[in-house]
Amino acid sequence: MSTAVTEIPQDSRVHYLNVSYGVKSWLLTVDHKRIALLYLGSITFMFLVGGVAAVLMRIHLIEPAGALVQPETYNKLFSAHGIIMVFFFLVPSIPATLGNFLVPLMVGAKDLAFPKLNLLSWYIYVVGALFTLYAVISGGVDTGWTFYTPYSSTYSHSAVIPVAIGVFITGFSSILTGLNFIVTIHKMRAPGLTWFRLPLFIWSIYATSVIFILGTPVLAITIFLLGVERLFHVGIFDPAVGGDPLLFQHLFWFYSHPAVYIMILPGMGVVSELIAAFSRKRIYGYTMVAYSSFAIAIISFLVWGHHMFVTGQSIYAGLIFSVLSFLVAIPSAIKVFNWTATLYKGSISYEAPMLYALGFIGLFTMGGLTGLFLASLATDVHLSGTYFIVAHFHYIMVGGAVMAYMGGLHYWWPKITGRMYPDMWARVAAVIIFVGFNLTFFPQFMLGYLGMPRRYAVYPPEFQVFNVMSSAGASILGIGYLIPLVYFIWSMRYGPIAPANPWGAKGLEWTVPSPPPTDNFEETPIVTEEAYNYAPIPEGQHG
Amino acid sequence: MNAATHLFTSNLLAAASLPIHPPTASTIGQGVDYLYFFLTGITLFFTILIFSIIFYFMIKYHRRSEDEAPGFVGTSMTLEITWTLVPLAICAVLFVWASSLYFENSRPPNASMELFVVGKQWMWHIQHPEGPREIDELHVPVGVPVKLTMTSEDVIHDFSIPAFRIKKDVLPGRYSSIWFQATKTGIYHFYCAQYCGTDHARMIGWVYVMTAEDYAGWLSGGVRGESMAQSGERLFTQLGCITCHVADNNGRCPTLVGVFNHPVKLKDGRTVVADDAYLRNAIVNPNSMPLPNYAPLMPSFQGQINEEQLLQLIAYIKSLGPEERKSAGK
Amino acid sequence: MADLVAHGSGHDAAHDPAATHSHSPDLKHQFDNMTQQFEAGNLGMWVFLATEVLFFGGLFASYTVYRSLYLPGFEIGSHLLDVRFGATNTAVLICSSLTMALAIRAAQTGQRKAQVILLVLTMLLGAAFLGIKFTFEWRNDYLEHLVPGVDFLYRPEWGGNGPHVQLFFIFYFIMTSIHALHMIIGIGLLSVLTWMAARGRFSPDYYTPLEVSGLYWHFVDIVWIFLFPLLYLIGGRYGIGGGH
Repeated sequence: MSTAVTEIPQDSRVHYLNVSYGVKSWLLTVDHKRIALLYLGSITFMFLVGGVAAVLMRIHLIEPAGALVQPETYNKLFSAHGIIMVFFFLVPSIPATLGNFLVPLMVGAKDLAFPKLNLLSWYIYVVGALFTLYAVISGGVDTGWTFYTPYSSTYSHSAVIPVAIGVFITGFSSILTGLNFIVTIHKMRAPGLTWFRLPLFIWSIYATSVIFILGTPVLAITIFLLGVERLFHVGIFDPAVGGDPLLFQHLFWFYSHPAVYIMILPGMGVVSELIAAFSRKRIYGYTMVAYSSFAIAIISFLVWGHHMFVTGQSIYAGLIFSVLSFLVAIPSAIKVFNWTATLYKGSISYEAPMLYALGFIGLFTMGGLTGLFLASLATDVHLSGTYFIVAHFHYIMVGGAVMAYMGGLHYWWPKITGRMYPDMWARVAAVIIFVGFNLTFFPQFMLGYLGMPRRYAVYPPEFQVFNVMSSAGASILGIGYLIPLVYFIWSMRYGPIAPANPWGAKGLEWTVPSPPPTDNFEETPIVTEEAYNYAPIPEGQHG
Repeated sequence: MNAATHLFTSNLLAAASLPIHPPTASTIGQGVDYLYFFLTGITLFFTILIFSIIFYFMIKYHRRSEDEAPGFVGTSMTLEITWTLVPLAICAVLFVWASSLYFENSRPPNASMELFVVGKQWMWHIQHPEGPREIDELHVPVGVPVKLTMTSEDVIHDFSIPAFRIKKDVLPGRYSSIWFQATKTGIYHFYCAQYCGTDHARMIGWVYVMTAEDYAGWLSGGVRGESMAQSGERLFTQLGCITCHVADNNGRCPTLVGVFNHPVKLKDGRTVVADDAYLRNAIVNPNSMPLPNYAPLMPSFQGQINEEQLLQLIAYIKSLGPEERKSAGK
Repeated sequence: MADLVAHGSGHDAAHDPAATHSHSPDLKHQFDNMTQQFEAGNLGMWVFLATEVLFFGGLFASYTVYRSLYLPGFEIGSHLLDVRFGATNTAVLICSSLTMALAIRAAQTGQRKAQVILLVLTMLLGAAFLGIKFTFEWRNDYLEHLVPGVDFLYRPEWGGNGPHVQLFFIFYFIMTSIHALHMIIGIGLLSVLTWMAARGRFSPDYYTPLEVSGLYWHFVDIVWIFLFPLLYLIGGRYGIGGGH
């Protein structure tokens, strides 16, 4: 490291971090910025737990007969990995950390509409997470994160109820967060900040919040019905007494498909911010990108049946879901093209956030295109239930969403903490993550096409080579994630003090000091310009 | 080299052909593969396109000085429309192609040979109508369309044969079916492809595709047992069905002669077809679809017989043609 | 960078005639004026009600699936319910929505005593609803062995299919329980509001908590308006299946 490891003198200004000290001032805060940090801590912890499960799985899969654990344990590992990563990491990640921190700043407000509700949402998250962790420790659940009936309702001898309670509770955290964002964005924008002057991050958070509001309650009732069936042995999903196991799947996927857009839309919003900032240009096709976020949110509610093409649902239902699944891909394609076009005649620099953003575009493109294989009915039959699916969604959720999350953390870190991290290490980590990620998940496409089913604790020997490749990649990926953990923590004490706008970027959040004061703005800003107003827009042109 | 390394290396060598393409051994396989290659081509094309453009822009427009100020670049609606319509067109082509393949692939040809599959944790029981039963193995003749009618004893499973490019979920309480026509003799994997509990990964087996002669030989070799219809007839007597369901329609219960696949008028006015699912339902849940003119006297046999026995009963009922009731099955 | 935003005055008092005092003691720190605060509270409750619609919606959707599959069984189950209690409860709830709306009106016109009386009346009506449900309907159902998971007993004289009738009762109990839970929460909210109203918290300038809770209460009422016919009135009471 180039900086000497001596403590830098503390900034004497009062800001949200040093305005008060002590555990109580954090646990009873209503400041959206502190709540964002509370979430950051809990989410990082859950990511590590889910990550450990993944490491154990990949070690186990080095051998066709399984190298590490019994099948029952393996089944619990992949279930824990999925449940924790989906519900306790990916769904809250960007909205609850970056969203909570930035939404008031980006709209020019002092806080969110309901600060106490915001704190409550964090506590709800923690309670839900504790239930789930308790379940994992007390033996785990072995149903997969999808909890299909009748296995989960009748046959599984594992901690289904505690996990179900944990997920049920945490759903309310999402609902409250989404509610807060919607009201804030509608009612608390600064004067002059019209809808089409908003940063694209806000557009995507808004679209995500709509999905939070409309989708999560359906998951809640689904899990509730599952719990009732398991506890009281009544036959809601049990065919022996007239119930329909597929009803569970319809209800489950009605939420869980939009949920995957909850996981990617905020990442797309972050990428818009990063591309604009690091090419010093307004996002090409701003209006189209904004509308695309909306289109994705709405169409996402209409495609859930593509998870059920081989379940025996009617062929006609399959056709409808297939058409809609193709349609939902179009707005994402529009975004990718617009981001790429933004680079044209820009002034591009390659700090770590930009590397993550560019990595996102590449990997999301690949992941999204492999979705076409699955929207296509005939190929989906062959690929459903195989590692192709696993590779597809990891390309989007890890290659996409997690990369965007990392990029956003790196971009706004100076604003959040007032410190800079060492950029060289950050770039190295970004490249390691990119390489490790591809090594881990590309071989899984091959495995899927060959027919290796997913959720297999043991497998036929001819699949071993690709499995070993994947596990080797996973070790590289793991190292890539640990490096930022180290330098981020280091930076909080030893990093150089950051100016208000270290990147020279546009946006209301960069007009306040780093870190911001508790009330964000000394006076409510009045907005007179378009977003990303790097170059003034000539008369008669639209951005 | 120590033992572990030796084992690893020999496994590696065994797989050293590094398979990237599964065997294609069914009539529909080729078509699915062409679609798959087209999709791969599109993926490669757009991935390379985006990656190259990004690289090119990254280099050409990299920041040369700190106060560089790029000029305004307006959005061209033409470009926006183009890159909306081109993906839309590609998706339209994919949808039509994939859906018509899917339609074709879901309709078994009329002359299909029918086999019966019952999945249960964690094994597959397969019954041939002529009688032979197999566990985790499926013997079929090459070049003949085969329809699999499947159900589960417990949780949802999925019967998957990658070499034939087919799979379908297997559900408790109902029948699902797939069909295939094998094009090459050989031995191919089948798997359970819907997570079903502890030994989901061990619920696998082998499809043996044989020439017609070899298949006939296999069918008649081994212990000569009953055909499915004969087993069904035996159950029909054992369980007492025969006391009510006599052929001459004596009024207490409807006759079953010729009932299979014919329309049945229900008490509430609807007309349904007496297919496999109807017959199964009638045995395990007899009063769910009451008939006019008959009191709901039939007891339920749920829990008294398993799915395989149900299939045998249904095979027997199917064999009751409109002529005199046969006492020997096929 | 400096011209990104023009700095204006802090609070936008000019647009809000109600905020003659720009720092009303009820103005929360994140809001600029009382109008914004009121509108935000309102929008927040509407958004929350949207989540509730989807929550009950999943339940209604499942109910619809099974009802369309097993109509005869559902009809039998529905006729086993006592429609008199259901109808009475419907009337009770509609009246409670009236008293709630009147309570808000009382706050808008500054009548403190009327607010309290009307809120108490609303609570009493809500409690009456729950009382009728728990002590008459559910107790009866328990005694007649109609509770699935406890000791549901199918009687052949009902006709139809036992499991389907049981499925009806599963949905009956789940739907009415969740509704009752929302009622209980509502009564809890009302008790807090009554206490606040008694202490003169509400005025024509500030009655946001009443407005917002009123929305919630009306919503719970509307859910019952849907539940009543879906559960109690399947197949009609006269003609098919006979009267009760």
